Amino acid sequence: MSRYTSATDADRREMLDAIGVGSVEELFRDIPEPVRQREPIAMPDGMAEQDVYDHLRALASRNRDAEQEVTFAGGGMYDHYVPALIDSILQRSEFLTPYTPYQPEISQGGLQVMFEFQTAISELTGLPVANASMYEGPSSVASAGYMARLDNGRSKFVVSRGVHPNSRETLATYAHAFGSEVVEVPLDGRGATHLGALAAAVDDDTSAVILQQPNFLGTVEDLGPLAEAAKRTGAVLVCAVDPLTLGILRPPGEFGVDVAVGEGQSLGNRLDFGGPSFGFYAATEKFLRRMPGRIAGETVDVDGKRGFVLTLQTREQHIRREKATHNICTAQALNALAGVIYLSWLGKRGVVELGELMLRRTAYAREALGAELVNPGPVVREFAIRLPNLDEVCERARAEGINPGHRLRYYYPEYEDCLLVAITERRTRKDIDRLAEIVQGAREEVHA
Amino acid sequence: MRSEAGGRRPENTLTIYEKSREGRRAFVSPELDVPEIPISDLLPSDLLRSEPPELPEISEPEIVRHYNGLSKKNFDLDTGFYPLGSCTMKHNPKLNERVAALPGFSRLHPLQEPQYAQGALELMWRLQRQLSEVAGLPHVSLQPSAGSHGELAGLLLTRAYHEDNGEQRTKVLTPDTAHGTNPATVTMSGYEVVKVGTAEDGGVDLDDLRDKAGDDTACLMLTNPNTLGLFDRNIEEIARIVHDAGATLYYDGANLNAVLGISRPGDMGFDIVHFNLHKTFTQPHGGGGPGAGPIAVSDRIEPYLPRPQVVRREGANGHSEPFFDLDFERPKSIGRLRGFQGNFGVFVRSYAYICSVGGDGLKDVSETAVLNANYLRARLAEPGIAEYLPIAFDRLCMHEFVLSGRGARDKLGIRTLDIAKRLLDHKVHPPTVYFPLLVDEALMIEPTETETKERLDGFADAIREILEEAKEDPEIAKNAPYTTPVRRLDEAAAARHPVVRQARPEAGGRRAEGGAPSATPSPSI
Ligand SMILES: Cc1ncc(COP(=O)(O)O)c(C=O)c1O
Repeated sequence: MSRYTSATDADRREMLDAIGVGSVEELFRDIPEPVRQREPIAMPDGMAEQDVYDHLRALASRNRDAEQEVTFAGGGMYDHYVPALIDSILQRSEFLTPYTPYQPEISQGGLQVMFEFQTAISELTGLPVANASMYEGPSSVASAGYMARLDNGRSKFVVSRGVHPNSRETLATYAHAFGSEVVEVPLDGRGATHLGALAAAVDDDTSAVILQQPNFLGTVEDLGPLAEAAKRTGAVLVCAVDPLTLGILRPPGEFGVDVAVGEGQSLGNRLDFGGPSFGFYAATEKFLRRMPGRIAGETVDVDGKRGFVLTLQTREQHIRREKATHNICTAQALNALAGVIYLSWLGKRGVVELGELMLRRTAYAREALGAELVNPGPVVREFAIRLPNLDEVCERARAEGINPGHRLRYYYPEYEDCLLVAITERRTRKDIDRLAEIVQGAREEVHA
Repeated sequence: MRSEAGGRRPENTLTIYEKSREGRRAFVSPELDVPEIPISDLLPSDLLRSEPPELPEISEPEIVRHYNGLSKKNFDLDTGFYPLGSCTMKHNPKLNERVAALPGFSRLHPLQEPQYAQGALELMWRLQRQLSEVAGLPHVSLQPSAGSHGELAGLLLTRAYHEDNGEQRTKVLTPDTAHGTNPATVTMSGYEVVKVGTAEDGGVDLDDLRDKAGDDTACLMLTNPNTLGLFDRNIEEIARIVHDAGATLYYDGANLNAVLGISRPGDMGFDIVHFNLHKTFTQPHGGGGPGAGPIAVSDRIEPYLPRPQVVRREGANGHSEPFFDLDFERPKSIGRLRGFQGNFGVFVRSYAYICSVGGDGLKDVSETAVLNANYLRARLAEPGIAEYLPIAFDRLCMHEFVLSGRGARDKLGIRTLDIAKRLLDHKVHPPTVYFPLLVDEALMIEPTETETKERLDGFADAIREILEEAKEDPEIAKNAPYTTPVRRLDEAAAARHPVVRQARPEAGGRRAEGGAPSATPSPSI
């Protein structure tokens, strides 16, 4: 008997009798001999719980996590503080262990959470409708591209090079399947999307224009003129946004963005080496019936009592099958719950205060590091610097238990000696000063 | 958005926005330890937000009460029986949550350099080996985020494979019993769906398959056991037909819980398999995710796997120890399907589960799952039940089975939906209903291995009671449920006049005119 099953020998005998077979093996008689597995599974036998725990703990100890180092790493996921109440609510079995809410009468908790989540995303993005979650950021960008293709049938995506490299690559992966082309718009000398190049790239074949705010380098893009250029030929304007900057940044909905998507990790989700987190998807009214994913809607029951259901399901795979607007089924409900709890915890004031704190600490860090700025324009919590002695800076920082940030060279060969530095509310002035000391120390040695 | 609305509604139906009061808060900002530069000096005014978003203003105790209150309106697996067919609602071991929360995993940044993430990469590598062994296929990518994402990966791989061989194929075959994600994925991948029929015995109709498989066929997507809970006895012949046509054979792994250690998809002839870690490998479903949908593939598909791949390099960098790394140098790769390395926290849980039960335990899992399903099938074939809920295909089943509610409809005047709703009053989650589509009034029942005989008996008793009660008075079932936080909800109205967010006070409800909803109950998965 394995530890999570409970059939005893006596149970087994009784059950086999009721079925009318002599043995458990007989239950598998439909499986043709040649495709039977003859050898036992080549894996060790099960382990005691404490042994599994020790094994996993040993693996965990071979990672350098954000509790063991001072990390300036960002690039799409950030070391923000996750308040304790999120852990406690997410571990409630009533949220942790149900399936997707197919039976609304016994799923009002989950459905109302979705409704509240949709509201929060709609508020942040300044767009009227939002779904209940996507897998994560980059695949949400690709999904927005797919929706644009369904909507206008045009075959070209114009994408800023400031969009997260994972998002651009995911979009290209998806686009290849449905036969769309991806055209990239370069960044200008200040690390912002090149407006002239964008305007030149957009034409009558352009299905969607895809931007990111702030962009991968942390630059706050001047969305007004970009949006105008993007929409000139009627393309769908998609903007990937960092939700935690939207307490202070003007929301995409106010710039004429049609679809705002993004990575939700910074809203109350753990780093988890990249997942699970959640993606979000908000749009203008026009796209309500084309959007991917679950949507909760308000209604009443037979007694007139307020309740919530999954709605507009005629978009979805279980109803429309090959005519569905997307294939997504299981999404990231629990992570979206963390997101809406986080936003309630921050609240209307806190989301602004936190944004302002990041903005000021980031401004301080840009000064303090005293390095050449790759993107000298406005930023919120992330920026790129050029360090001629980058290797040395990284080595010294690591030796002092500091992760200095993400090296841009893999995704951006043009930024070979550049570092992307993220300043969350977890990074204090003291942390920043320590990094500054390392950067300056390394520079002085070069000059000496 | 709150105060007036707040006065009208009973407290227990308020949203968190309606509980907001100006000036309340839970968040206290960390100290400002840098100069207080005016915001307008840091951001140009046309990029600044003019009004804060309407998030709630609420204290920590009230947030906790709000979400605890909501949680009590959910039925969940830790509370009771959840025989939701195709979803494998088995016990989610508590240890998994403890290990997933270890800071070495949960606070690890996704862009951490591999040399500082060896434990995480080794865990992924080990899970890849375990899944490869279970599937009987040599190569694994953990990247896809759920089953449907694995399906997308599978068809992208199929396309890449054919294109690399200079072929353009346009059609993908899916049985009429297929889950909705299969045909939806086909369209999204730029292929055309061709439906294959089901034979008398519940398996693929071989003649129809032979007819439809041709040199324009890219792939056949199949679950085995299929969504009727039946193992397709002709699987070898199916594989032959598909491969002779030059197509790939894709295994939708949603039903893998039936065959662990019993029969491997690779040995059945499948080229590409997805796993639902949130079904077979105990990632809690979270009310609709997170999940993960890793894929396993054969040698000929391997060159196209998504980037990056987790690899083990022997004695690299002058080390005697193996080095675990992310391999981006994959020139034929289909590319990425998402950001970073996949749903790593899910991998931790599934890896802990597989280590806990081990190779011997996995086989016991499937044997017990199939035993439980057949026992429940036998109990529901007893007189007093079978006349009303005949089994769709009268054979031994695997881990699940499908009944038809046509008897209850014709003889008692109650529908499958009514039975499902009446089960709610018995504190049981109903089976999957109205799926698969080819069974009239379908009820798809998957008890899983972690249920006791007593629970299965309790479910059979509940079904019997509901049917007996309906003989007396069908109205009872038709108006059920009675004991749930809300009763039947008006889904048609919700679709006709969608209200999909909390109204702002000044704007009134967000209502849009919509299309007509369908009158017939729809599939529930
Ligand atoms: C047979 C089958 N295939 C595919 C899926 C899709 O899996 P997921 O929900 O993980 O995308 C499901 C589950 O919902 C299923 O039951």
